[in-house]
Amino acid sequence: MSLPMAHNHRFCAPAANPPPETNERSFVKLRRIHTRGYLNLDHQFDDAAGEAVFDATIAAGEKVEPRDWMPEGYRQTLIRQIAQHAHSEVIGMQPEGNWISRAPTLQRKAILIAKVQDEAGHGLYLYSAAETLGISRDELVNMLHNGKQKYSSIFNYPTLSWADMGAIGWLVDSAAIVNQIALQRASYGPYSRAMVRICKEESFHARQGYSIMLALSRGTEVQREMMQDSINRWWWPSLMMFGPPDAESVHTAQSMAWGIKQYTNDELRQEFINQTVPQAQYLGATLPDPELRFDEVTQDWLIGQIDWEEFWAVVKGNGPLNRERIAHKVRAWEDNAWVREAATAYAAKQAARRVEVSA
Amino acid sequence: MTFDLETDTRLAYVLRLADDLLINSQRLAEFVTNAPELEEELAIANVSLDNLGVAHALYGYASELGGGEESADDLAFLRDEREFTNCLLVEQPHRDFADVMVRQLFFDAWHLVLWPELESSSDERIAAIAAKAAKEARYHFRHSSSWVIRLGDGTAESRRRAQRAVDGLWRFAGELLMSDRVDADAAAAGVGVVPERLADSWHREVRAILQEATLVVPVDPFVAAGGRQGRHTEHLGHLLAEMQYMQRAYPGMVW
Repeated sequence: MSLPMAHNHRFCAPAANPPPETNERSFVKLRRIHTRGYLNLDHQFDDAAGEAVFDATIAAGEKVEPRDWMPEGYRQTLIRQIAQHAHSEVIGMQPEGNWISRAPTLQRKAILIAKVQDEAGHGLYLYSAAETLGISRDELVNMLHNGKQKYSSIFNYPTLSWADMGAIGWLVDSAAIVNQIALQRASYGPYSRAMVRICKEESFHARQGYSIMLALSRGTEVQREMMQDSINRWWWPSLMMFGPPDAESVHTAQSMAWGIKQYTNDELRQEFINQTVPQAQYLGATLPDPELRFDEVTQDWLIGQIDWEEFWAVVKGNGPLNRERIAHKVRAWEDNAWVREAATAYAAKQAARRVEVSA
Repeated sequence: MTFDLETDTRLAYVLRLADDLLINSQRLAEFVTNAPELEEELAIANVSLDNLGVAHALYGYASELGGGEESADDLAFLRDEREFTNCLLVEQPHRDFADVMVRQLFFDAWHLVLWPELESSSDERIAAIAAKAAKEARYHFRHSSSWVIRLGDGTAESRRRAQRAVDGLWRFAGELLMSDRVDADAAAAGVGVVPERLADSWHREVRAILQEATLVVPVDPFVAAGGRQGRHTEHLGHLLAEMQYMQRAYPGMVW
């Protein structure tokens, strides 16, 4: 069976900018190795020299690694972005966890548990990647709890029917994949490598979501209505996942200069729309946009106006479930404080016992 | 002397194994997004998924034994409270992480001693499922027992909670070790095991952990039973109402 899922992915292609000459790459690598040695021997190494190596690394399309010198802004941008990504994985467990207990078949239930489990795993890799930048997971979790760091706004929408498990997998995870495939080439090594691993699992998630939708599309009238209602609710929020339009995006230009971001929000959004419209058609579903049309010249599907007021309202905390998502997370954390204390106390006792034994 | 087990008895035996696992998986999954650490979210989801996988295999076999009239999903989602024969332990709700881990310890210890026995069941299907489940049970037991030890021998607060969980759930554990006619017939045919035969092993495993956890083994002679005959606590009905919601609200559809 040929599914429209097998879309030719623009971002899988080699980089738009050809890689520099091999000898130039080796030169940069050599300088970095030299710099590291120098750093280890002598802490007088100054920012200007570090910056030159950093700039050369970025220009050569090579990876910045945790031990390398990096501008403070670069470090902070990465912490913000990787943490937001980690928090999104963890908060994203809630809307899907909401249907584990009610999944309609044993098979669907198993897949959904596995998916939520994967999300916890993605959260772990990403927190680890963030920790390489000199911040602890506890600090990051604390910033999620007190609202200083954000997570993807999409998870502030409620999951109201089984079809929403399909919509999240198909639309939300596919949108995440479009973003993350681009991020596999991000300039920061640990982030880039985490993305490679996460993308593999995400594509399974997107496929299982589409499989739920396919089953609904081939089912009864009631099931098709359930599917359509879900698409009506998730389509626009999925498009908002790519962030504000380029003209209003405050971080895009700097992030692209640093090689963290490879494409603009609008470019990624368009890529997602182009791959998703044929998939919706295959389902026999209608996307809730009367202005949706195909542009023969650009070969793009063009959409109507995104409701940016809704986007900003949700970002600022006034989405349907912003408060509930954080309250749930904070409650689980606080309710279990005694468990973490017990584990710490037990570990300390065990350590003391080992000392006694060896003494 | 062995005799050929009646299909109904074989089916009943397979169903009680499956029901225990499905209901435990469902209860455990309730704790997903409520765990103390991200690593523990993974572990809990993983154990729930393992239980569900074995339950699915058993329901598949039960469906065949029943002549295919009811699918594995029908058995899971369309039987009523009185038709479920899981033990009462797994349907008990939890107030905190101590309840979850103590319930798991009792249940995992049961599987730790049960599955290796069933690996030599004369029923090849059960034996094959048991071989896979036995490996998983060892990992599950390690997980729950290490938590019960940490909680019992952790802080005063964690010991209090762990002891409360042990005291509350102990009376439901005895049912795992009690047999009825189905168990006896299944054992006589070499298909199953008489639970009483595993009681010593179960007690040895569990008491060793409770001792290491510095917890007190309750002296509660009362055993709450009835699950194997479909006489449940009031909790199961609510669990099923939620779990079976889709199949009940939208009958006969393909998902």
